Amino acid sequence: MPVPVDNNPKFDEYVHPEVLVTTDWLEQNLGTPGLVVLESDEDVLLYEIGHIPGSFKIDWHTDLNDPVVRDYIDGESLSKLFSARGISPDTTIVIYGDKSNWWATYALWVFKLFGHADVRILDGGRDKWISEGRPLTTEKPIAVATTYPVLERDDASIRAYKDDVLAHLGKPLIDVRSPEEFSGERTHMPSYPEEGALRGGHIPGAASVPWARAVNEDGTYKTRAELETLYLDGAGLTAGDDVIAYCRIGERSSHTWFALKYLLGFETVRNYDGSWTEWGSAVRVPIEIGAK
Amino acid sequence: MTAHLPQSLAEISEDFLALDDNDRVQLLLEFALELPALPERYRDHPELFERVEECQSPVYIFVEVDSENIVSVFATAPEQAPTTRGFASILASGLSGMSAPDVLNVSDDFPNMLGLAKIISPLRLRGMGGMLRRIKRQVSEKQN
Repeated sequence: MPVPVDNNPKFDEYVHPEVLVTTDWLEQNLGTPGLVVLESDEDVLLYEIGHIPGSFKIDWHTDLNDPVVRDYIDGESLSKLFSARGISPDTTIVIYGDKSNWWATYALWVFKLFGHADVRILDGGRDKWISEGRPLTTEKPIAVATTYPVLERDDASIRAYKDDVLAHLGKPLIDVRSPEEFSGERTHMPSYPEEGALRGGHIPGAASVPWARAVNEDGTYKTRAELETLYLDGAGLTAGDDVIAYCRIGERSSHTWFALKYLLGFETVRNYDGSWTEWGSAVRVPIEIGAK
Repeated sequence: MTAHLPQSLAEISEDFLALDDNDRVQLLLEFALELPALPERYRDHPELFERVEECQSPVYIFVEVDSENIVSVFATAPEQAPTTRGFASILASGLSGMSAPDVLNVSDDFPNMLGLAKIISPLRLRGMGGMLRRIKRQVSEKQN
């Protein structure tokens, strides 16, 4: 039984209003049977210094990435991960995190590779919850282990590989990195020097829409009308377009992918997780430089 | 591979390496919680502090070298940046009390000697390397 959706009027305008919940809704629904809350952060210690009561930690680096190959976990690992957190196929998962939910939407995207049905994002994430003075705890919950089936990961519909991007050239691409990374002035985001690439610039034809333009100051997503101004009028997307979003390693573009897929309802939108750290170091792939 | 580590840092490294991955996270958390507040005399002097640009969280460091050439390291970082606080705390507690030449001799590879590579993405560890290099630069400028 899925947990009822949040009927917040702002969400009603989105094509898929059921994928977001407000901090109010979450506080009221904590403890509801069938709901599991997960925290997914960039900072590996944040969960430990205080998290939403009853929430479990998920770590993008150690839980979602394959430990050897640059890839995601397989069905067996996901089954273990979910079983240990009391998640069943019909569980409603709500994810929140730091950095305006970069890693929360990244986790949602990985869960969607396996087709878990009901995954939602806490609008505004960890910072909003804390700024509103809502309850935190350092107590770690104990889950009643479930048996989650071993599902096949399906990369085809929402994940793009480098070859898919090459075949896609000429169709819409959204580059969500900073303007300096897009133009090629720098190969990495400020303060992330080691995640650079050998060449600077962007994938030819990409439109530059830095991820943060999709959110308000408090980290919540902008309204549907504002998002349409940004991506349709601004970046030139039209309904029904086949779109690929990318950034540097695929986390900021998960955030934009989420907005395009669920809030604006683009059916075919993929996240290119290889992103600039792959493209900018690959041999003989086309690159454009300069602002546009 | 602790040949170039002074005893205080070698002990920290051994403490981490003796633990499994989960307990290493816990130990880093303890360091984060134990980062001392700035002493009164520096609390209202943000201009003395240097921003560590290699870290994406705002962390600031300041090094004092006294007339005996003994180093003290001070650092400040937001509560909501515990990993960065943990790194700053390891360096502040490990390096403070050492002589300036000993600090300059610390291996730049120290952040990689804590067994954290598997649990923390490489980007955070490089941030700690940035802190160490900046501390050493300040020491070389301020030593007698």
